[in-house]
Amino acid sequence: MDAATSALMAGDTKIGNRVPTAEDLLRMPVHRRRRLARRTVPIVALVVIAATVVSFLGNEALEWSTVGRYLFDQQILDGLGMTVTLAVISMAVGLVLACIVAAMRLSGILIVRGMGAVFVWFFRGVPLLVLLVVTFNIGLLYPNIVVGLPFYEPLVSLRTSDLISPRVCAVVAFSLYEAAYGSEVVRSSLMSVPTGQREAGAAIGMTSSKVFRRIVFPQGMRIATPLLANQFIQMTKNTSIVAYIAVPDLLYSAQSVYSRTFEIIPLLLVVTIWYLVLVALLTIAQSYLERRFGAHERPRRTNPLRKQKAISHGSAA
Amino acid sequence: MTTSLLEAVQVSKRFGQNQVLKSVSLSVGRGEVVCLLGPSGSGKTTLLRCLNHLERPDEGFVRVGDEVLGYRQAGGVLRETSERDIARQRRSTGMVFQQFNLFAHRTAIENVMEGPTQVKGVDRARARQRAGALLDHVGLSEKHNAYPNQLSGGQQQRVAIARAMAMEPDVLLFDEPTSALDPELVLEVLETMKSLALEGATMVVVTHEIGFAREVADRVVFMADGQILEEGEPSSVIDAPEHPRVKEFLSRVL
Ligand SMILES: Nc1ncnc2c1ncn2[C@@H]1O[C@H](COP(=O)(O)OP(=O)(O)OP(=O)(O)O)[C@@H](O)[C@H]1O
Ligand SMILES: [Mg+2]
Repeated sequence: MDAATSALMAGDTKIGNRVPTAEDLLRMPVHRRRRLARRTVPIVALVVIAATVVSFLGNEALEWSTVGRYLFDQQILDGLGMTVTLAVISMAVGLVLACIVAAMRLSGILIVRGMGAVFVWFFRGVPLLVLLVVTFNIGLLYPNIVVGLPFYEPLVSLRTSDLISPRVCAVVAFSLYEAAYGSEVVRSSLMSVPTGQREAGAAIGMTSSKVFRRIVFPQGMRIATPLLANQFIQMTKNTSIVAYIAVPDLLYSAQSVYSRTFEIIPLLLVVTIWYLVLVALLTIAQSYLERRFGAHERPRRTNPLRKQKAISHGSAA
Repeated sequence: MTTSLLEAVQVSKRFGQNQVLKSVSLSVGRGEVVCLLGPSGSGKTTLLRCLNHLERPDEGFVRVGDEVLGYRQAGGVLRETSERDIARQRRSTGMVFQQFNLFAHRTAIENVMEGPTQVKGVDRARARQRAGALLDHVGLSEKHNAYPNQLSGGQQQRVAIARAMAMEPDVLLFDEPTSALDPELVLEVLETMKSLALEGATMVVVTHEIGFAREVADRVVFMADGQILEEGEPSSVIDAPEHPRVKEFLSRVL
């Protein structure tokens, strides 16, 4: 008798000290393990959720009626519009720059690659708020913007502060910041497309630019989409620091209301609600894009988890 | 004397200190099927990749038809040519990879259509029709709209063969097309290749399938350490090898 058999026989098989036959196994009653956590955890969770909601709704300081009054207040909606505009423009400009920087970092020419690396190092290294304030004060560094040839009388000379409004400053700072982070996303996504894909394209006679457009870029986008959506969500929220340079975004508008009325908490709640709505919309857009670019990644045949469930149903019946 | 369709002339290739190909010469006639055998690391893949310029030889030349890959002939001078020109030259060869390398974001039929529509400028309707016929031909009439990850390895490799054929190349290059496949799938791919050979395709096949080489090849080339040690009809190289290295290798794989 080998070790495995004796080990089996030592166990409690409910049919005495005998290795169960196939018939035994099919006849024996099955006691499923009670998954206690599956019952208790939802109950605990519901209690916690209910307590939170009650304490929230019941809290006088929240002044829900005030929240309702300001949610669609014109000043707040204008602020919301500013936030969205800043985020969208910064993201768009940032992404274009990101692609350029990514291309620089993938260049075969050392100095171009180096410039890309320094750009990323610098704009990823400087905190966003510092970057914003420096851009805001760029007039101190370059008081006048001059167009013309060196050593000659300038053709055009403008005061920097006239040319660059706080809003433009914000877009510049956010775009550069986004370019630094986005370029890393773009670069790593493109690099993660297997070389075999490029070679297959080359082997059917595609030029490298066609290989990029038809093969590398679409596959890279699939990888980059969730990461860039994440960047966009971050960008949307980060724009709130423009309140620092008095650009009337969502937060700044709310602040200017509560500095008059002292309804601080309700207005901050209004701000929170709007940010959450924006992020929810972006999340929906993200999952749409992921599905669109990821058609080729639909799970093959059945989902193994679902299969397992079907089997356990079968044996229960 | 008839000139060969494809010719490698004293091709050498080095990766760092590693001399992978040492002045290899090979010529392949129209309609000929040549099988490349040899131990792992002997340079078979590298030689095959030189034949469509995925690898640029350090020395020597590869001629396909009247074109010297990577060069333009003008007035008795060879000038290195542009990337665009090389892409055009590659159209005369088709390649089937060990790892299939189907475009992961395209369906089977789109994979086959990609070359004709994007490279040759065939209109989509015509390309689709022809791609469909090619897929039917390799036994995949049910799978036109499947994505690569919904296909078995053998099916993927047959799509890859159809994709290579869609460009109507003069020569088909195969790099161990069955070695990433389960044993029962090997046969379906070998059968597809055999029928191509019978239809008169010119093929260069790197393979470890000695049976296939014996049955289908017109000529077998044995490589080791970046050199061709022996070449000739399958019956002589496989069944009565002369070189001791070849004998040793074959006695181990047969
Ligand atoms: N891109 C590369 N860079 C560096 N070395 C390489 C590269 N490609 C191939 N080699 C080396 O060249 C040698 C020959 O490789 P090759 O792939 O041509 O061999 P092979 O005969 O196809 O072997 P196998 O039967 O295992 O596929 C090997 O020593 C390999 O390590
Ligand atoms: Mg190889």
